[in-house]
Amino acid sequence: MSEENTNKKKISRRRFITKTGAGIVGSYFLASSLKNVSAKTVTPTQPLWVDEKRLFTLHLKVNGQKVRARVTPETTLVDLLRNELNLKGTKVICGRGECGGCTVLLDDKAVYSCHTLALDAEGKEVTTIEGLLDGEKLHPLQEAFVEEDGLQCGFCTPGQIMAAYGLLLRNPNPNAEQIKYNMAGNICRCSAYPKIVKSVQTAAKNFNN
Amino acid sequence: MPRKIKKVEYDLYGKKITAMAEVPEEELKPLAKNEKLKYVGKDISRIDGYDKVSGTATFAFDKEMPRMAYSKILRSPHPHAEIKTINTKKAEKLAGVLKILTHENTEQISWYDGTTYVFDKHLRHEGDDIAFIVAETEEIANRAAKMIEVQYKQLPYVVTAEEAMKDDAPKLYDDGNVREPYEFTRGDFNAGLKEADETLKETFTTQVEIHNPTEPHCSVVNWDGDDLTIWDSTQTVFGVRSGIAGALGIKENKVRIIKKYMGGGFGSKLEAGKYSVMAALASKELGRPVRVALDRKEMQLAVGNRPDSNQTIKIGAKKDGTITAMSHEAFGAIGAHPSGASCFWPLRQIYKCPNIFVNNKSVYINAGRARAFRAPGHVQGTFALEGIIDDMAEKLGMDPIDFRMKNYAEKDQDSGLPYSSKRLKEAYKQGAEKIGWNRRNKKAGSTEGPVKKGIGVATQIWWGAGTPPTRATLKLNTDGSARVLCGTQDIGGGTYTILAQVAADVLEIPLKNVEVFLGDTANHPYGVTSGGSLTAPSATPAVYDAALQMKDKLISGAAAFLDIPEEQVSYKEGVFTDKNDSSNKADLPKIVDEIGENVMVTTGARGPNPDDYYINSFGAQFAEVEVDTMTGKVKVLRVVAAHDIGRVINSKTLTNQLEGGIMQGLGYALMEQRIMDKPTGKMVNVSWHDYKMATVMDTPQIDSIVVSDADYKISPVGAKGVGEPAMIPTPGAIGNAVYNAIGVRIKSLPITPDKVLDALYG
Repeated sequence: MSEENTNKKKISRRRFITKTGAGIVGSYFLASSLKNVSAKTVTPTQPLWVDEKRLFTLHLKVNGQKVRARVTPETTLVDLLRNELNLKGTKVICGRGECGGCTVLLDDKAVYSCHTLALDAEGKEVTTIEGLLDGEKLHPLQEAFVEEDGLQCGFCTPGQIMAAYGLLLRNPNPNAEQIKYNMAGNICRCSAYPKIVKSVQTAAKNFNN
Repeated sequence: MPRKIKKVEYDLYGKKITAMAEVPEEELKPLAKNEKLKYVGKDISRIDGYDKVSGTATFAFDKEMPRMAYSKILRSPHPHAEIKTINTKKAEKLAGVLKILTHENTEQISWYDGTTYVFDKHLRHEGDDIAFIVAETEEIANRAAKMIEVQYKQLPYVVTAEEAMKDDAPKLYDDGNVREPYEFTRGDFNAGLKEADETLKETFTTQVEIHNPTEPHCSVVNWDGDDLTIWDSTQTVFGVRSGIAGALGIKENKVRIIKKYMGGGFGSKLEAGKYSVMAALASKELGRPVRVALDRKEMQLAVGNRPDSNQTIKIGAKKDGTITAMSHEAFGAIGAHPSGASCFWPLRQIYKCPNIFVNNKSVYINAGRARAFRAPGHVQGTFALEGIIDDMAEKLGMDPIDFRMKNYAEKDQDSGLPYSSKRLKEAYKQGAEKIGWNRRNKKAGSTEGPVKKGIGVATQIWWGAGTPPTRATLKLNTDGSARVLCGTQDIGGGTYTILAQVAADVLEIPLKNVEVFLGDTANHPYGVTSGGSLTAPSATPAVYDAALQMKDKLISGAAAFLDIPEEQVSYKEGVFTDKNDSSNKADLPKIVDEIGENVMVTTGARGPNPDDYYINSFGAQFAEVEVDTMTGKVKVLRVVAAHDIGRVINSKTLTNQLEGGIMQGLGYALMEQRIMDKPTGKMVNVSWHDYKMATVMDTPQIDSIVVSDADYKISPVGAKGVGEPAMIPTPGAIGNAVYNAIGVRIKSLPITPDKVLDALYG
């Protein structure tokens, strides 16, 4: 079943956030939309080992914060996030686009960040698991994963939640089959699958109420 | 209460063990039934849920340290070879390379029971360790690894157990490829077979399965002078401590192992890793912290797997269904180093049978070494046993459940001891009712049409009683908040949460006031290895004991403060009251404050298991499948899991464990397998694209039923472990359901479409 066929009621991320989070996520994204947030510059930690000529300047927004980074062409988005920006919530599990452990949002679309070159994020907005938090407060989607126990060891969980977030932005009211279909690219070796599906359903229900 | 150390003997995983256990003079009163408790037995959300969903949980994989260096292990591309020369000069010249360790510049450190070294020039499998490269970045280390020049002398190799057992097979060790076989006899098998009216002999095969935890094996290693700290992704911090101290020849007090969160192990992280030793050696030389994390290919090749099996079972039964004799002759490949491939236990234990013969062989091949994997031996053994049990039932014209009930074992047959508890009958009954057993095809394969449905059952037996020694420390602060410290691990099963539940219930304080700290050898008392479904049944009684002692101390303190005898003190939800004068009372913080220790500390111990009962967990799983006879594809529609696991401590994490185990069992039954290429001796499907695991798309409807209650004969908490029981019967139940659907038995796992089509149309 194609998700497109059933996904009639599309919703913008902002609306999803406003409805789900009420004030919770609001303030975070409010801050993120401010024009005058100062840019953060990141240079690789290995300047001595990298040929200056191979460094390119990259501009993007990560969790609402403007970032200017100097990266080599082969740097992946997940390397930038984990190694340069120290956003360790995003995991690398297979490192080759087979498991979804590194899922983040790139302009509201769930992508494998191990499979995305950092330079391809030029001018785009990246949201990671940390970006769902409002200060220390959990996003309702994260809360649903705790409430429904949609995890065991927790290592694939950030990727699962970001994949679910990407789905809910496009389809705020998915049925179980649509959830499974859309999250089939995220492997959980503990196999907490039944509860992962339930977590997404609960998040959607909370949103729709 | 005074304590003595006593020597106790009981059975653990089929082995008689002697344990020294701390025994209170008076037996501890049992923890109240779940109905009377506020937290234990309830649907409680994980207390570490926040860390895991927020991305703030720090796994060993995420650990950062100032000046941390990165590493890469160069591994053998050949299944069997000797290093003739190794040249690291070019690699060392690469900017950013800090150190390269090989067998040439390190001392020999014995590994795998003395069969090899941490760096050995004799390489016995694809993926065997050659060199450890440390660099400023992971990327540089990876590049340097490719610049190391190695000349190999390739040696003959063998990658299947069947071929390794032949006389002319290349030998991995001088005394041959077959380890000392495990033999066991009960009664007289041949005489038993003669008593039988019907006999069957069948051969089942199962595949090599790879653990594939999501977090790779990884460590961050740091020396502070002579003090070594390792953040490790492990199921046993104390096991790693002794492994590392032994390998490096340093005292255990110089080694600290820390594990807060770890991304799955399933048995592959039950020992110290070579990689941690390498990182420790390099870190010492460099004077910098070193991080080592294996990549997916290394995970597939070098850190464990479930051995395969080839099991021939003979069974004899009388017309009335009484089993008279069973034999189990099997072999399996354990890889290049000592391990075990036995899988006879289910056959030996589940059904009443006076005459048993077992011969199981573990065979060396040129592949990565096998390790314990979630119920080692039991998953493959149960698949085979439950298949032939169903076939015999059919031959006798009996319903599979009736046949199983006819041979129900009322006691452990080797020790002759009664079970501490056994609710397997209830599991059959309730499971059958839930799945709708009567909907099952009376004649296998009789569904109309090309898509056929079937229902099957399989039985589960496991030990999982827990064991001493395990200790837990409880700290109570002046504001009534508490900390539990225990050197065991939470590997995803919810240990943090259940230990908090027990402490909160005994002390009658809010759950949110209890914090739990696990997995630190420097700060925590010894806790069991998180394997064998040991953690919950071992650690909860230790916490319970610590909390009871704390309560005793508090009551004693309250009596002194209130000026009344101890018997006159009543305690409820944080308030101590004089039974005779309800106005004479004090709350918990007040008493802690008055006792004046600031932090009150007690330490509890897991007591011994009884020596007059045999402890097993039991269960029955029912699967309903749909088999498309045009494509051969099997779809699992539904699984009902009915288990006897003693007391339920947390129904939320319990059902999660059951569902997760069932899903792993489903993947093992239908898709997972290591494929070795015989001409090259290499693993073909190293990526997750090619090594198929179950995903959310394969999830059937799963119903979990618990048929048990607290088993106080085990411990005052009365819990049995559930991690392994969850997976044990799933492949067997699916195998039997497939037979019921199509009427042809698939005796080989995984049940892939090609095998189904072959079986149907040959």
